[in-house]
Amino acid sequence: MNIEPIIFYFFSAILVAASAAVITVRNPVHAALSLVLAFFTSAIIWVLLEAEFLAITLVLVYVGAVMVLFLFVVMMLDINLVPLREGFIRYLPVGALVAIIMFVEMVIVVGSNRFGLDVFGAGMKHGPDYSNTKELGSVLYTVYVYPFEIAAAILLVAIIAAIALTMRRRPATKFQDPSKQVLVKRNERVRMVKMAAENKTTPNE
Amino acid sequence: MESVYLGIVLAPLIGAIVAGLFGRQIGRAGAHWVTIVGVAISFLLSLVVFKHIVLDESAAFNGTVYTWMVSDGIRFEIGFLIDQLTALMILVVTFVSLMVHIYTIGYMHDDPGYQRFFSYISLFTFSMLMLVMANNFLQLFFGWEAVGLVSYLLIGFWYKRESAIYANLKAFLVNRVGDFGFLLGIAAIVVYFNSLDYADVFAAAPLMADMTVRIFAADEWNLLTVICILLFIGAMGKSAQVPLHVWLPDSMEGPTPISALIHAATMVTAGIFMVARMSPLYELSETALSVVLVIGAVTALSMGLLGLVQNDIKRVIAYSTLSQLGYMTVALGASAYAAGIFHLMTHAFFKALLFLAAGSVIIALHHEQDIRKMGGLKKYMPITYWCMLIGSLALIGFPGFSGFFSKDAIIEAVHASDITGAGFAYWCVLLGVFVTALYSFRMFFLVFHGPERIDPHAKAHLHESPAVVTVPLILLAIPSVIAGLLYAGPLLFQGFFGDSIVVRAEHDVLAQLGEGYTGALGFMLHGLMAAPFWLAMAGVGLAYYLYMVRPDLPEKLKQQFLWLYNLLDRKYGCDDFNDKVFAGGSRAAGRVLWKVGDVTLIDGVMVNGTAYGVGWLSGVVRVIQSGFLYHYAFAMIIGLLVLLSWFVFA
Amino acid sequence: MIALSEFLILGALLFCLSVAGIFINRKNVIILLMAIELMLLSVNMNFIAFSHYLGDVSGQVFVFFILTVAAAEAAIGLAILVVLFRNRRTINVNNLDSLKG
Repeated sequence: MNIEPIIFYFFSAILVAASAAVITVRNPVHAALSLVLAFFTSAIIWVLLEAEFLAITLVLVYVGAVMVLFLFVVMMLDINLVPLREGFIRYLPVGALVAIIMFVEMVIVVGSNRFGLDVFGAGMKHGPDYSNTKELGSVLYTVYVYPFEIAAAILLVAIIAAIALTMRRRPATKFQDPSKQVLVKRNERVRMVKMAAENKTTPNE
Repeated sequence: MESVYLGIVLAPLIGAIVAGLFGRQIGRAGAHWVTIVGVAISFLLSLVVFKHIVLDESAAFNGTVYTWMVSDGIRFEIGFLIDQLTALMILVVTFVSLMVHIYTIGYMHDDPGYQRFFSYISLFTFSMLMLVMANNFLQLFFGWEAVGLVSYLLIGFWYKRESAIYANLKAFLVNRVGDFGFLLGIAAIVVYFNSLDYADVFAAAPLMADMTVRIFAADEWNLLTVICILLFIGAMGKSAQVPLHVWLPDSMEGPTPISALIHAATMVTAGIFMVARMSPLYELSETALSVVLVIGAVTALSMGLLGLVQNDIKRVIAYSTLSQLGYMTVALGASAYAAGIFHLMTHAFFKALLFLAAGSVIIALHHEQDIRKMGGLKKYMPITYWCMLIGSLALIGFPGFSGFFSKDAIIEAVHASDITGAGFAYWCVLLGVFVTALYSFRMFFLVFHGPERIDPHAKAHLHESPAVVTVPLILLAIPSVIAGLLYAGPLLFQGFFGDSIVVRAEHDVLAQLGEGYTGALGFMLHGLMAAPFWLAMAGVGLAYYLYMVRPDLPEKLKQQFLWLYNLLDRKYGCDDFNDKVFAGGSRAAGRVLWKVGDVTLIDGVMVNGTAYGVGWLSGVVRVIQSGFLYHYAFAMIIGLLVLLSWFVFA
Repeated sequence: MIALSEFLILGALLFCLSVAGIFINRKNVIILLMAIELMLLSVNMNFIAFSHYLGDVSGQVFVFFILTVAAAEAAIGLAILVVLFRNRRTINVNNLDSLKG
């Protein structure tokens, strides 16, 4: 009894269920959490495909960063959910129809008659000393070094864009300018006043 | 000698540039000195060249001064061909030009455009010299257009006059018609001879004599005939032959020195010169010669008749010029090129003389040009009177005067010619002699004899013109008298032109005439007994009778033959025809193209129509653009679905 | 043994689910963004499956870049969402029709 098909079907079922939950649940927080689950199970399936590095990346980057960002935004924004659910039932048949047609057509394309075991065979299995990370790195830093640099630039642009979009200046906010504080002169702080001496007065007068 | 040739051309050009660009700095006297010195240098060098080429019988010079560019084997050059023909032409051009320059000092004395005028006439001299000295078609064309340009500028010299602007525009447009033919002719030469050089073309011409070209559909045309006729169309424009003559009478709007220099003595003879220069081509095409002959004959007679009814002193001389140009053209058509050039030369002298004398009369009468308001001027202006008399006698061909020899040679040559149309041309030129005498002496008697009809205001200041005016008159009167006696023999019969003019033996009418030539005196004695002389005398006599003895008779005749008078007065309707058909037709066509082509089609349909179309389409498309994100997403997904379905099922 | 087609069908199923999600959650931009993430996941699934079965590591490199771009996209998308909410007090797509022709 091979354990791989069992793992595959078990996690595939969870993946499909989680995906279905993403698009149907009422609360966006639940949707985001379902998406996290979907990513987790995908990562497991990718491990099955010997893509360990990408599986880990998916968990660390996607689940750890992107999805947390999603959750953060969803929770931060005070969203009125009622109008957002409008037309959910009305569009369900259309959406389902389009999705089913598309699915059927895709299955026709990628079905077992073209990509089945007898046509394509089993995947390549590597030995226990195989390092997916090393193999990926050896290609990424040689053949794909320019795309890699461009990807870095894209990420930088994304960071700058996100900051530029969301940063807002509030004129009313008070803040300190240390350089001004350091450079201050005596005249700007203390005003010397000359005046005649006051007569002493008694409090009880 | 090359530097001498260059000097001839450049001296007037430098004068023109200095007077034109620095006229204000050098002042009026400076302007006329610099240009006159330039032209005088040119004249003296021309004398040197004449001596070198003609008297010393040196070989003709044919050389390139500057190569402008070489394109696909065709050389575009500036070069000089100096042979007997050129030597004679530059002598005539520079001499008349010099006389006119001097005369202008007096004539334009009070004009504000003094420096500009001198600059223009010097520029003209330069252009004309470039034209006659050219050794290739490009330079010929340059000179051709440059003299046309200066002519345009000078006809419109008084640019504040409505009529002057009309006249120069007319001259320019009519010349464009001719130049178009000329340019086509040159283009044909470039295409078939693959060279612009005279020598190459003339050498290759006999080989091409039987070549034919197809112009329209199936008609086969002889190549040389086509080229010659196209070139002659250019000559018709420049030398004012029917039907492209209409600009010349109107060009009298320009100042009188210009009428003398450009529109009588030199520029208008460019066409004659060009045909003579192209004699190796014309000799190969009988058809082209016949066309030249007939056009010239028609011009000679019909334009002379128009001179009979003109009352403007300059216009009478202008029509006389047209008629004489017709004579020259007839000579060319009859292959008597030498006679044509000879007449060109004598005509240059006596017609310049007539014009300058007329100008002298005009300034004396304070710019009065109507001969009906003159009369009896003989006692006030004796020098002008005698000069005018000499000019008129030369014009009508009185034996002994220069015009007699050249004109008689032409008439005899046509008589001897057996080319198609020669019979018709003979009668035209013969009748032309009578008409010439009649209108010349009609003008002469009306201006200088008879009762005084002068405006009393002008009469108070009436006196002989100053020396700067009369000296050129006298200097021009001398060759008008003696040029014929001296040069009739050599030019016509004794091979003066050498190889510069080519005549085929079977066309050579002058050689036939030359067999009986026994010297100028014999020529004159023979002339006294020939028909032209008696016709001329009859013309003079009739003029005397009509305008001196019975001054009432012309008016009666006019009433009697009103239709004929109207026909002549309206210049055969040529101007009306041009105004209505060509000018009016162009304007109508322009209006149609403007309204239909431009406003409706281009602006309406294409420009605005495109905008409207885009606007309409956008109006339709914008309905689709809801602006909602999900509509676009749906469209994308549906599109994806369709693509996928097509991929799967197709 | 698991056939390649089974991974591909799983990918197709995920893709179609997210398409349906776009249809039915048309007004909620957050869910739309999540559906897009899901779509990218399904594409990545295909890439990795092919990479494994063809023995070519280039497919995994592709996935690497897709993850990069998807992260950038998510960051900017959420930033836009935040700005949008700040300006409009809503994320309802129905109110976003400034591009209407």
